Amino acid sequence: MAQRTPLHDVHVRSGARMVEFAGWDMPVQYAGLLAEHAAVRARVGLFDVSHMGEVVIRGPRALEALNRVFTNDLSKVVDGQAQYGCLCRESGGIVDDVIVYRRAADDLLVCVNAANRQKDFEWLAAHAGGADVRNESDAWAQLAVQGPRAAAVVQRLTKLDLSQLRTYRFGRGDVAGVACVVARTGYTGEDGFELFCPSADGPRLWDAVLEAGQPDGIAPCGLGARDTLRLEMAYRLYGADMDDTTTPLEAGLAWVVKLDKGDFVGRDALVRQREQGLTRKLVGFQLVEPGIGRHGYPVLQDGRKVGQVTSGTRSPSLGTSIGLAYVPPALAAEGSSFAVEIRGKPVAGRAVRTPFYTRK
Amino acid sequence: MEIPDELLYTRDHEWARRKGVHVVVGITDFAQDQLGDVVFVELPAVGDPVKKGESFGVVESTKAVSELFAPVSGKVVEVNDPLADAPETINEDPYEEGWLIVVEPADPGELDGLMDAKAYKTFVEEQD
Repeated sequence: MAQRTPLHDVHVRSGARMVEFAGWDMPVQYAGLLAEHAAVRARVGLFDVSHMGEVVIRGPRALEALNRVFTNDLSKVVDGQAQYGCLCRESGGIVDDVIVYRRAADDLLVCVNAANRQKDFEWLAAHAGGADVRNESDAWAQLAVQGPRAAAVVQRLTKLDLSQLRTYRFGRGDVAGVACVVARTGYTGEDGFELFCPSADGPRLWDAVLEAGQPDGIAPCGLGARDTLRLEMAYRLYGADMDDTTTPLEAGLAWVVKLDKGDFVGRDALVRQREQGLTRKLVGFQLVEPGIGRHGYPVLQDGRKVGQVTSGTRSPSLGTSIGLAYVPPALAAEGSSFAVEIRGKPVAGRAVRTPFYTRK
Repeated sequence: MEIPDELLYTRDHEWARRKGVHVVVGITDFAQDQLGDVVFVELPAVGDPVKKGESFGVVESTKAVSELFAPVSGKVVEVNDPLADAPETINEDPYEEGWLIVVEPADPGELDGLMDAKAYKTFVEEQD
């Protein structure tokens, strides 16, 4: 049976439409995907993202141990700062993409994808030698408050001075009387927060944020809007745009791969791949003929399959048909033309600059 | 959930309405609700043949692709072209403005095999 977040009853009671995602019974929409998407872009939305996992690494060697399995460089962040990056296999393939929250050099919280909770925990326990690795995923609820009005809404519920909390920084404090880690992070491209709290307090925090956000027109949102919002930003989705067989360099995540920081798992393979050159690259595309390219659809050049779509949708903000696809490097340059095969027919598209959407 | 009495229904959640010798085809309120916001429609051209029970097009929501199945065999005589630019009409008014195609049936007797409103209502309740 699908797993349930601490907010499950709240979603069902509120009439959300539930679907299974990554082994979890999650709300795909409340009032409707497009309305929720628009609310986050224009005002503020609230998401239950408790299916995401939390693996905590503690001990005097925690930072060093985690940095040895992480592509970005944790020595560059300070306490109270978060950093995005990948865990890689020796082959360079991506185990997961994660955000590391540095509470202290000896206390790091790793936020992992729902489907990878156990895999990441086992990977970290096996490779982050010398540190105490714990899977605390079931202990935490996680709510995302996202949108231009997010700060105003959350500020009403906390004494933390959010004006002092910059992007990718976090603090601890009570929100609506619930002890939280308040992080200025998100997956929508808008300003916003991710609130980590004890599982049992999740429903109380959810209700409090919804109530405080009423004057701002807050919308409870499902995973459907979360997906269109992230895709407009070209944020990668693990399991769709990347997996154990794709490397961060192919996935366009070279900016979180610090090859010169010292050794880490996967480094040798990534150095080699960089020297030898890539055979495929993840690019943003826009279709210029009617249609929507979806995960798994072939990318064609001169009628021949040369790549594959990994994500695609109609962009609610832009009204255009957008997506991500692996293509040969020769087709990755902005403006390159190719086709996406949709139900047996080639539909013209071209590589475009990402993010597709720019915050207003 | 709206299920107009005067229409006929398929197990794939299309509706059919007799209009003179022709048959107007659309998707039901239940179908549009299950689908979510419709953002793309692909329909046949006037003159194309359609076959009962076979796909004649697709509707796509932001998340999913759904095929459309013909309730009756025949020839397409009219297509709701404005849907290309306003696919959300299917959500807003599935039984009137959101119609999809008009078919000239090869054998109007085929319609007799479809469900009436009462039978479709029972069918939908079993789906939930």
